[in-house]
Amino acid sequence: MTDPIYQTDALIAEDIDAYLESHQHKSLLRFITCGSVDDGKSTLIGRLLYDSKMIFEDQLAALEADSKRVGTQGQEIDFALLVDGLAAEREQGITIDVAYRFFTTEKRKFIVADTPGHEQYTRNMVTGASTADLAVILIDARKGVLTQTRRHSFLAHLIGIRNIVLAVNKMDLVDYSQKVFDDIVADYRIFADSIGIQAFTAMPISGFKGDNITALSPNTPWYQGKPLIQHLEEVEVDNIVDQAKPFRMAVQWVNRPNLDFRGFSGQIASGTVKPGDEVRVLPSGKTSTVSRIVTLDGDLAEAVAGQSVTICLADEIDCSRGDVLAIADHPPQVADQFEASIVWMSDEHLIPGRPYWLKLGTQMVSATIQPPKYQVNVNTMEHLAARTLELNGIGVAVVSTDKPIVFEPYDQSRTLGGFILIDRMTNATVAAGMLHFSLRRAQNVHWQALDVSREAHAVMKNQTPAVLWFTGLSGAGKSTIANLVEKKLHALGKHTFLLDGDNVRHGLNKDLGFTETDRIENIRRVGEVARLMADAGLIVLSAFISPFRAERDMVRHMMPDGEFIEVHIDTPLAEAEKRDVKGLYKKARAGELKNFTGIDSPYEPPENPEIRIDTTKLSPEDAAELIVERLLA
Amino acid sequence: MSKEDSMTRTLTHLERLEAESIHIMREVVAEAEHPVMLYSVGKDSAVMLHLARKAFYPSPPPFPLLHVDTTWKFRDMYALRDRMATESGMELLVYQNPEAVEKGINPFDHGPLHTDMWKTEGLKQALDHYGFDVAFGGARRDEEKSRAKERVFSFRSANHRWDPKNQRPELWNLYNAKKSKAESIRCFPISNWTELDIWQYIHLNDIPIVPLYFAEKRPTVERDGMLLMVDDDRFPLRESEVPVERSIRFRTLGCYPLTGAVESEAKTLPEVIQEMLLTTTSERQGRIIDKDGGDASMEKKKQEGYF
Repeated sequence: MTDPIYQTDALIAEDIDAYLESHQHKSLLRFITCGSVDDGKSTLIGRLLYDSKMIFEDQLAALEADSKRVGTQGQEIDFALLVDGLAAEREQGITIDVAYRFFTTEKRKFIVADTPGHEQYTRNMVTGASTADLAVILIDARKGVLTQTRRHSFLAHLIGIRNIVLAVNKMDLVDYSQKVFDDIVADYRIFADSIGIQAFTAMPISGFKGDNITALSPNTPWYQGKPLIQHLEEVEVDNIVDQAKPFRMAVQWVNRPNLDFRGFSGQIASGTVKPGDEVRVLPSGKTSTVSRIVTLDGDLAEAVAGQSVTICLADEIDCSRGDVLAIADHPPQVADQFEASIVWMSDEHLIPGRPYWLKLGTQMVSATIQPPKYQVNVNTMEHLAARTLELNGIGVAVVSTDKPIVFEPYDQSRTLGGFILIDRMTNATVAAGMLHFSLRRAQNVHWQALDVSREAHAVMKNQTPAVLWFTGLSGAGKSTIANLVEKKLHALGKHTFLLDGDNVRHGLNKDLGFTETDRIENIRRVGEVARLMADAGLIVLSAFISPFRAERDMVRHMMPDGEFIEVHIDTPLAEAEKRDVKGLYKKARAGELKNFTGIDSPYEPPENPEIRIDTTKLSPEDAAELIVERLLA
Repeated sequence: MSKEDSMTRTLTHLERLEAESIHIMREVVAEAEHPVMLYSVGKDSAVMLHLARKAFYPSPPPFPLLHVDTTWKFRDMYALRDRMATESGMELLVYQNPEAVEKGINPFDHGPLHTDMWKTEGLKQALDHYGFDVAFGGARRDEEKSRAKERVFSFRSANHRWDPKNQRPELWNLYNAKKSKAESIRCFPISNWTELDIWQYIHLNDIPIVPLYFAEKRPTVERDGMLLMVDDDRFPLRESEVPVERSIRFRTLGCYPLTGAVESEAKTLPEVIQEMLLTTTSERQGRIIDKDGGDASMEKKKQEGYF
């Protein structure tokens, strides 16, 4: 152990003041290690702690004794035993939990969240990852990319970790073969691309032998990268990235010691702030100027993301806990309906529609979750239909809050995009979520004001814009009836446009397939297009199966009240199958078409459609007539 | 380098730890009804108190300090406790378990019962007596393995028990402080600090600490492999035991008859840190409390309501 990285003893002994001076300028990196015990995770952490002298003599003595007693490494020290101090608790049947460990090198301090790798501990891994700047994903060189590698990578990516290290471990057991390493990396790259991981750093290591941990190993002369520790010491921490973003601070507490002082205390989520900056209070939208940044150590000339400060404003404006201070000309959004990824963490499953407390930043509101659009199989990344989420389930769903909240998409801000859900009865934290985007914008969001408004567009066309949303089984008659409706409206001098499923898929949505997500994305895009056309004053007709209420509701919520007209073309399955105009039912029954609505994928009929057409009683012509009448009434 | 232009600045690890602790304290004050800070007068308490003063400045920390006393602390500790309460402008509450007072419970005659009654029971009684719903404590995750997995907001049932199997997930910096009326929360704002961080921070911020942390000639006896300081005349000397003046200091502070000293010449903070960095035994080794009851003893104590 004569590695220079940890050789601080000399300096400590000779010049403690110099040591302290150098130590106090160290930055902090928080990282997570993913992998199971079999991958050598515990051994790796044990080695990091051991090499950085974080293990004391009394602990080491106990470790040596344990190694001989129950170790798996012969007479050598079994580092795994050091970390698995939790093993005793495991025997007692205690849930394996995140443990935090600490070590330091010449350049940095580290906090490692040591998380269990098995699928039943998905929530623990997500918890550990939520505060991490970096993830070390361990692979056993003998086994290559496994299901759990994919699961860990998916979770790390989901939680927004930008820095991913692929540590191909146990290289000593494959004779330090470059080919083995290269093959694993190539394999992993294909997978990483497929889930949107843009970059990762791969390195061949042996936690047990110490190769490429603190120094480049002579056993892998073909490896051109850095040893693990050096990489961890040099990688950019999120805090730096956050500083480059616009200023935001969630107000935690109003500091009011006396009538002469009123400050807003909080931790800066992103950006930088200094006296004189114009800031906006969200959601009210009121603006003022920063007059002071107050701390016990004196006023600051500038404060940056990550710091906890107290900010005073030049004007007496309303601001309290839950509000967000932001740079005035670039405020975050305010909305009350969102699409979000949700990780369910409770034994009691999600109950769609039930109100939960939602905490985001310092805001606490009541929220309901719609049935998930889909659940992700964390082993295969497949999107599966789901009506709820069970413990460790990860899905995408629409979240509605009872009042507008200030937010940013999670990929831009962990602080203003990450939330927890709390059960109102038990007060337990039941889920964590990440907001993707808002589905309905609240009124005080600052849109680009257009001089020619949507009202002006509609007035010129002498009509009221609307979206007629035709939904129903395949072969129900949606396109046929929608076509007839458009012809009639056109004849009446109305400005219309028909969005048809097949046509849209040839152009706008030609990148989408027929998986659950793609179908949802298909509808979302069509909804957005329909909304733009309605803004232009048109009467839009959309003919899509759109089997799920959640998606139809999503589109409904994009439109101003009253402009979304849901038309249920109600044809019984037997009848539609009998007609089978395109021969699709036959294929589906034969198993040639998967996820076919009505056969192996559900159709959720509208509960209260504006218009319901029973095609067993009305001809297409009569149905079209009825719809036009109702529309123009 | 365009460092000046970009205005970005890498926060040091201490700045990040400090900001996190302050954030946690403010969350508690914003969401709790009746918070209190447990103050044990040790170095971790000293840092926690200093962080509280930073968190709420220019207001004084909007909660009282609670010292759950055993009557067996070092005299220097009582002196610093009273001084810090005055300096911080905070109310100081001292609680002594009346049953322990009455029975004269002490570490010499009563063994583990001493900690049980004064500290564990005393703490529960004090929290119930004043009706505190959130209590700050200065525990750190690097101290002991059951603490390594405890949450920052740690839940206690109506009878103060900790259930390690049923901890709430804690993500990002979002803390769930919701609880039913009878439940309470122990909150650990310095969970992520290490012993070295604590010392470094004390050094940088010039935080007052008990002089016992610095080496000085003090009367000691060696007993059961530990160096104990004879802090007052309540210390029952065994036959053949004669207090010897040794240059000693303490790495942690508790009840003086239960706290082992180390021989040392470290008279200044840098020297103490130097010694700590070069030392080869872990911090709590000098404490008897962790050892009785075997390997999982701290975890067991915590479940029963010890901090």
